[in-house]
Amino acid sequence: MATVRLAPVLRSTAGGSKLVTAEGNTLGEILSDLYQRYPTLKEQIQPEQELSRFVNVYVNDQDVRYLQGLDTAVGPNDTITLLPAMAGGR
Amino acid sequence: MGEAFREIIRQARQQVSEWSPAQVNQALVHRQHIDGDFVLVDVREKVEWNEGYIPSAVHVPRGYLETRIEEVIPDKSKKVVLYCAGGIRSLMAGTTLQQMGYGNVISMTGGFGQWKGAGYKFVSPRTLTEAQVKRYSRHVLIPEVGEEGQWKLLDSRVLFIGAGGLGSPAALYLAAAGIGTIGIIDADIVDDSNLQRQILHNTDRIGKYKAESARETIKALNPDVNVITYIERLDETNVRQLVAEYDVIIDGTDNFPTRYLLNDAAVLANKPVVHGSVFRFEGQVTIFKPHDGPCYRCLYPEPPPPALAPSCAEAGVLGVLPGIIGVLQATEALKLLLGIGDPLVSRLLTYDALAGEFNELRLFRDPKCLACGENAHPTDLPTYKEVCAVPRGRD
Repeated sequence: MATVRLAPVLRSTAGGSKLVTAEGNTLGEILSDLYQRYPTLKEQIQPEQELSRFVNVYVNDQDVRYLQGLDTAVGPNDTITLLPAMAGGR
Repeated sequence: MGEAFREIIRQARQQVSEWSPAQVNQALVHRQHIDGDFVLVDVREKVEWNEGYIPSAVHVPRGYLETRIEEVIPDKSKKVVLYCAGGIRSLMAGTTLQQMGYGNVISMTGGFGQWKGAGYKFVSPRTLTEAQVKRYSRHVLIPEVGEEGQWKLLDSRVLFIGAGGLGSPAALYLAAAGIGTIGIIDADIVDDSNLQRQILHNTDRIGKYKAESARETIKALNPDVNVITYIERLDETNVRQLVAEYDVIIDGTDNFPTRYLLNDAAVLANKPVVHGSVFRFEGQVTIFKPHDGPCYRCLYPEPPPPALAPSCAEAGVLGVLPGIIGVLQATEALKLLLGIGDPLVSRLLTYDALAGEFNELRLFRDPKCLACGENAHPTDLPTYKEVCAVPRGRD
């Protein structure tokens, strides 16, 4: 079970949790597991087939765009961070 | 001159080697590196130093020699060349350094007087006014800043995009730090709902332009600062000109179009942007330094579609949060301007106020980035309309 850390703007789609756990051996599997439980999360971060360009996904502290994307291997002790662009400054 | 004094000098000359100004000049000419084979130390008083000193010399007045020298020259095997005004105080200072364990100490005969008389090069330092000496004394005391660093700050120009939640604390601290020129672009007016966090403004300023209100507050805090206000929105017509005129940009905007617009102009002009953003209880800080690290488009190649633009759809922020993030932005700006420490380039620092936690994510340059990648064309990039799905009130 990997841990997924949700950016604040995504938490309402997962019942307000900041950390959730999910099953899977790759990032794609883990996200599919999450989307089954939280369907609106998919609309927010992956409305298309590929990962959205306005959301950054990290396994531990590494950006998956520079790993293997959705095929990146994820171990049980890894932490995934979902980080959509944030603009607020005022 | 008394007998005892002559005796002390005689003994000191037996212990400490001496070089003539010609020898020191020769050694300086042949020295490869500024901290190469020897360190040149001026042991005169501050007022004497202010009249001029030998280039590359470090200033450690004799009165502070014992307390400061180990910080300036930690390596006791290093060759140290001392000078004063006439060659006596430096000789005495030489015996002190030997007592402290410095093995290779030389005193310059004839001192700065003879140096200058012989026509060798010297420089006159710029001096802080008496008021500045007092105001910035806690900076000057830090070796990493010092008077030289304070001059860097006084000579620098910082542009604030927005005088709101992030801009307020950042501008206050950078003004207090003595940034010479602060530019503020903001077309908004101070509103009651700003005052929960935008500490540049106050109740009396409701209805005034934020940029004007910011100027008043900054001038009251530090009259040294030259404040330039731009009561306009950042857009395609003004962004390049503005960015070109400043050394560092503090991004405290609240919308995606401005962030992309600023990014592309900053990449073109090769200017670092200290980026901050906040949402409810969390904030993020990083520096987008063109070509040293990723830019905003490397991180987010495109803005989210309107329906998913999170900052507008769900508003609200704990008032202190932009304070924390804005002060971190100010800190990073100071590090960039002073050239010290490890700036937050290629690293995104996130802060979660509820958890009381900082986290760090590594950021990478995207070789295919349209703004700073190999085949980039930053002059010709899409701009965006406000993507907010929910009508935005005046913030």
